[in-house]
Amino acid sequence: MTAAATLAIVNARLLDPARDYDGPGAVLVRDGRLVRVVHGSAPDFDADQIIDADGLCLSPGLIDIRVKTGEPGAEPRETLKSASLAAAAGGVTTIVVQPDTDPAIDDPAVIEFVQRRGAALNLVNVRAAGAATKGLGGERMAEIGLMDEAGALYFTDVDKIIVNSRTLQRVMSYAAAFNALIACRPSDPWLTEGAVVASGELATRLGLSGSPAIAERIGLERDLALVEQTGARFLVDQISTEGALETLARARAKGLEVAVSVSINHLCFNEVDIGDYRTFYRLDPPLRSEADRQALIEAVRDGLIDVITSAHAPAPAEDKRRPFAEAAPGAVGLETLLPAALTLHHEDGLDLLDVLRPLTQGPAALLGLDAGVLSEGAPADLILFDPGAPVVIDADALYSKSKNSPFDGRRLQGKVIGTWVGGRKVH
Amino acid sequence: MTQPAQVTDQTIHDRLVPFPKSHFLAASDLNPFVTPQLLDLGDAFVDFNRQSSKALDVLHGRTVVNLFFENSTRTSSSFEIAAKRLGADVVTMPVASSSVKKGETLIDTAVTLNAMKPDILVIRHSASGAAELLSQKVGCAVVNAGDGRHEHPTQALLDLLSLHRAFGDVTSLTVAICGDITHSRVARSNVALLQMMGARVRLIGPPTLVPGDADRWGCEVFHDMREGLQGCDVVMMLRLQLERMAGALVPSTREYFRFWGLDREKLAWAKPGAKVMHPGPMNRGVEIDSDVADDLSVSLIQDQVEMGVAARMAVLASLSARWGDAR
Repeated sequence: MTAAATLAIVNARLLDPARDYDGPGAVLVRDGRLVRVVHGSAPDFDADQIIDADGLCLSPGLIDIRVKTGEPGAEPRETLKSASLAAAAGGVTTIVVQPDTDPAIDDPAVIEFVQRRGAALNLVNVRAAGAATKGLGGERMAEIGLMDEAGALYFTDVDKIIVNSRTLQRVMSYAAAFNALIACRPSDPWLTEGAVVASGELATRLGLSGSPAIAERIGLERDLALVEQTGARFLVDQISTEGALETLARARAKGLEVAVSVSINHLCFNEVDIGDYRTFYRLDPPLRSEADRQALIEAVRDGLIDVITSAHAPAPAEDKRRPFAEAAPGAVGLETLLPAALTLHHEDGLDLLDVLRPLTQGPAALLGLDAGVLSEGAPADLILFDPGAPVVIDADALYSKSKNSPFDGRRLQGKVIGTWVGGRKVH
Repeated sequence: MTQPAQVTDQTIHDRLVPFPKSHFLAASDLNPFVTPQLLDLGDAFVDFNRQSSKALDVLHGRTVVNLFFENSTRTSSSFEIAAKRLGADVVTMPVASSSVKKGETLIDTAVTLNAMKPDILVIRHSASGAAELLSQKVGCAVVNAGDGRHEHPTQALLDLLSLHRAFGDVTSLTVAICGDITHSRVARSNVALLQMMGARVRLIGPPTLVPGDADRWGCEVFHDMREGLQGCDVVMMLRLQLERMAGALVPSTREYFRFWGLDREKLAWAKPGAKVMHPGPMNRGVEIDSDVADDLSVSLIQDQVEMGVAARMAVLASLSARWGDAR
């Protein structure tokens, strides 16, 4: 996978959400960076390698800020290598590894370990998020400053709620000294205790413990109040309900600057997909009602949602082949992220740029990365894809070591033709 | 080299200035007129303390009671030596704070002590406002030797005396107070006194250790040492309670030292020739590096201990000057 000194991709349909550009164009790459981005018909580039895109879409590579791996600690689940291969195949050029590993990423040395291992793979950009509290225990603040120095992109206890408001207040307040981003899942842990699906008629019928939508709003109200008080940079992680969206919109109208992310699963599925206890749809937060899903899609369309994540959470068969309530939550998603997102374009009528924005420019701006745009000087992290090509997802064929994909067997439209990271072709 | 003139009772009496209030509870009990005179008196006591004979009779026949509800060898010794050198009878009572049930018992103690007719009570207590409460219940002068996270005014005066001797004019100084501002009575007293004397004060620390409304104290607030120390003449480090390091307010000692501990590199961000202070006792390697703390060309920390006795002598003598019978 060596890079040509200069690479030109011509006759492409350039999609650059950062510039709101969707039209013909070409790019020239030298030493891993974009040196020319041409809108319209391309000049005759003098390059070592010229690829004729033949009208296919060329966009910035996807940036997935919520990727769980098994490494370190649970390599049979997923390694940094298998995750990187899956990312490259899915058109994801930057992944942010979540800190709920074993040991947890709560120490600058572990941040460096993950990034060093990731870099050595020479595939996609592997970055890490640090834990907000030591061991994700929710009590003692983690070394936010030292991890920030070591390259942590943001700080989160992932799916664990920091129950103690005073701890969260201190984490937010302390992080402000480093202008560090804190991410939290909005949830009231008491209302969701033991819950495995969304509350409602289906949960009752299936006899499963339900998580009420109000729990998300209550958690969000608390988190936003603390953000308002501390002035922290904040990401509302994995929003899933219409009610929480309304709370968020009100807070934004008041001038509160917080970012928000949603998982691709919550944009593509609803609670009915659980069917008769299909554990690949056991997710956390659980899949919600169709009204919630539609509200989330509208929020993507309106730009209320900044980031779409794959919420990649590999779980091996032995963790999924269990009674629904006992099965591990989560789904793999790196490799299916792009075709899944394109269903929002094909089926829900979202403009292609609106779909790509929260997958590229949105996360890049949030994390201060110079990627996610097709501008001269930016790293040549690129994907070439056919937005209309039909694909049937085959979980067994995924690069991920775990095959828990809720898209298994689904027919989607959208295929990654090529992925480049720093000008190197990695898929 | 000429020897400094011998400091005698007469020297002291000539410089004595009546304290502006009947108690010394907070830095605001001082004013911009009397403070320079107290520094002048403190100067005389510094010279006096360097003499071989250290006995004066300014407080002869007077009784000073040191009432320390919180352990503090350093401050209680400093007060004890100061009172003894002025000729007072001194009783130091190390009252364990755990045996005291706050307000009521403190008043009981005050009433009991009052019956013994002391002239000056020096009190240290873990509750903010304890010195104030005591002062309302006794007939003698009360000196606050530290109450909770409220004030430690004699520390501020001794710090000022140290600066006065190191720099002469303090009005043009920019002083950075760094560390655990929230829990520091030293910081509160120093902010008040330094500002009263015209110095500019900055506060530097992690947001979890700086009160949210500290900017209303008339200080500039920084969370970044590099920004905060720029152009500072004095870097005053505060002691960190190590139990606050257990991830509650800052993640760890190593992270704290990395970002807010004073070492050579950070000191270089201050003005050339900047001086370093610390009220002690120091957590070496946590808030300050030994390399800086022990370098007498930049550190005033040893001076602060010496000035402590002199400044406290000045306060005790000045309080006695209000009585009109100071000898």
